Amino acid sequence: MSLVIHNLHARVVGGQQILRGLNLEIEKGSVHAIMGPNGSGKSTLSKVIAGHPDYEVTEGEVLLDGVNVLGMEPDARSRAGLFLAFQYPVEIPGVSNANFIRAALQARLAAGEELEATEYYGDLYKEMDRLEIPRNFTARSVNEGFSGGEKKRNEVLQMAMLKPSYAILDETDSGLDIDALKVVSAGVNALRGPSLGILVITHYQRLLDYITPDVVHVLVAGRIVRSAGPELALELEAKGYDWIRDELSEAALAAEPVHA
Amino acid sequence: MSTETLSQLDVDRTRGDFHYPEQHTFDAGSGLSHATVDYISNVKGEPDWIREFRHKALDVFFSKPMPTHWASEDLENIIFEKIRYYLANAQRPTRSWDEVPDDVKRTFERLGIPEQERKFLAGVEAQFDSEAVYSNMKKALGDQGVVFVGSTDGLKEHPELFKKWFGKVIPTGDNKFSALNSAVFSGGSFIYVPPGVKVKHPLQAYFRINAENFGQFERTLIIADEGSEVMYMEGCTAPKFETATLHSAVVELVALKGAKIQYVTVQNWSANVFNLVTKRAIAHEEAEVKWIDCNIGSRLTMKYPGVILKGRKARGEVLSIALANNGQHQDTGAKMIHAADETTSNIIAKSISIGKGRSSYRGLVHIPKHLKGCKNNTECDALLINSTSRTDTYPAITVRGSGNSVQHEASVSQVSAEQIFYMQQRGLSEAQAMSLSVNGFVNDLVREFPMEYSVELKRLIDLEMEDSVG
Repeated sequence: MSLVIHNLHARVVGGQQILRGLNLEIEKGSVHAIMGPNGSGKSTLSKVIAGHPDYEVTEGEVLLDGVNVLGMEPDARSRAGLFLAFQYPVEIPGVSNANFIRAALQARLAAGEELEATEYYGDLYKEMDRLEIPRNFTARSVNEGFSGGEKKRNEVLQMAMLKPSYAILDETDSGLDIDALKVVSAGVNALRGPSLGILVITHYQRLLDYITPDVVHVLVAGRIVRSAGPELALELEAKGYDWIRDELSEAALAAEPVHA
Repeated sequence: MSTETLSQLDVDRTRGDFHYPEQHTFDAGSGLSHATVDYISNVKGEPDWIREFRHKALDVFFSKPMPTHWASEDLENIIFEKIRYYLANAQRPTRSWDEVPDDVKRTFERLGIPEQERKFLAGVEAQFDSEAVYSNMKKALGDQGVVFVGSTDGLKEHPELFKKWFGKVIPTGDNKFSALNSAVFSGGSFIYVPPGVKVKHPLQAYFRINAENFGQFERTLIIADEGSEVMYMEGCTAPKFETATLHSAVVELVALKGAKIQYVTVQNWSANVFNLVTKRAIAHEEAEVKWIDCNIGSRLTMKYPGVILKGRKARGEVLSIALANNGQHQDTGAKMIHAADETTSNIIAKSISIGKGRSSYRGLVHIPKHLKGCKNNTECDALLINSTSRTDTYPAITVRGSGNSVQHEASVSQVSAEQIFYMQQRGLSEAQAMSLSVNGFVNDLVREFPMEYSVELKRLIDLEMEDSVG
């Protein structure tokens, strides 16, 4: 059981090619991290997997437990078990957090089935407590007027409530101070387990101090160019990304990319 | 959210889009003339003063130009000669649903009216084409002296009250369509609430158009005597015909000293209806009038509920929601005429434009120089769903004098692709996502609505969003 990204090529609709033959396999129960310099295609990867309409896939496939999701609408991918924690969570004025999450859960039920309210609030409060989110949060509009930390906690809360099979955390550390980072990381770690595969996308190593990955990949120019254990992240932190670029230019970027 | 799919869509109104074959005992035929007016007056057996009132109004209607110098040119597409101005089966409404003819009764059952009546209403009037077919009120209210009847019965049974206020809030010549209504009106409600009587549960009227090429011209007059309170709710539907249908009502409210009137409209007209309605209230000293106005559907709606704040400390409020889907134009707003010291008014208008839908807000706030301590607050917010959607705002605020204050805020926002993507990523379909955005946009207003109507409104918004995505 895994999320397999095979030979993925994608570009901005009618524009620039960004992903150029990306391969990656995230097994359930594992945590993978993707690091890479700005502009390497990190955020594009998460959006393409989730089905953002600004991008088009020109080649390759994304298999969620064997099912190619590329032909599916973003909502169908979500219901199939894919979750994306956004780098910039979107504000939805007038829609309360409690109603939003409830609607998302309701969308997973068969027609005619109704979410049981008491049970729902019980679960919601439990997860909120874990993330140190105060109760008045339920009545506030989704992400409206939230601090960076509140927005990211909300992403992790939604992830906890929706129980995906695979979650992509896109720059979840951006905009967080160290205290918020700890809370959010603890929230993610609590969800780790055999039924969830996680892909952490980050520019900095810092987040990986708290969410320890099993595998670290380096993304450069739309391809995974190196994969190794968590020590790779420390090496990148120490040396920056240039040394990888230099090594790569020797091996010639035109050659087949290194597979994960 | 592609606009191509939107433009191909036909709005499906599952609940209102049906009609039964017509059989009318009374039919004024097509076209409008003094003979039409006489026909209506004869059928109703009206006193001479009303007959004359109608004939004069018709002359005013003929003499006034279409207001296309400021309003939509679509008005030119109303063919007055093709419209039928009076269709009815009987002259008196029944007091029991059992006596309502089967097909008419089925109509209202499908619309859920008898059920609502049992559940939470103090009285119901159900109008089918030109006349009310059913009118009933809880007996206890009648014992307290509350009157809730059709306009025809109001005129017959309470001539002094009727004559005293009829046409006083909205004069015949106010606009071309108030003149038209004054000439051919039939149906609508007449309500009188005696001093100090507080009607706890809402009175409801339902206006149903069944016939094609028809014009519905109900006339409603509500008088809340000193210190009384009443809430009136109206719902409206029509089946979707290829040809234009005209709905042109006149509603006059009189809130005497310290009285409170709440008037709630949730209209769900089909997309072939021209809905041109004049609604206005007079609020006497310390009286409160609140218009809650939800405009969904129709081809063109022009409606600007107003309050004339005539007595000291009178208060007027308009809360309005308009939803313009593809091919529809919601031209709505509010008027607040301050005519006494320390009067306050509040206008909150929210509009949603979908596909090529267009919404316009027109607001008039008038506070003359000699008044003191008057306040107005106006907020109008527009939400655009697609890049082809349109909204316009035409505020006209004249505030003179130093002791008065006015606050005006307006905003335009758009449901962004990022918002929809975010919600879809959580598992909501595109239609559900849009529906949630729209409901969120109107949420703070809807909270002010009576429960039953906020549920109904949410359902209607969901339907509209489903249809617009396809």
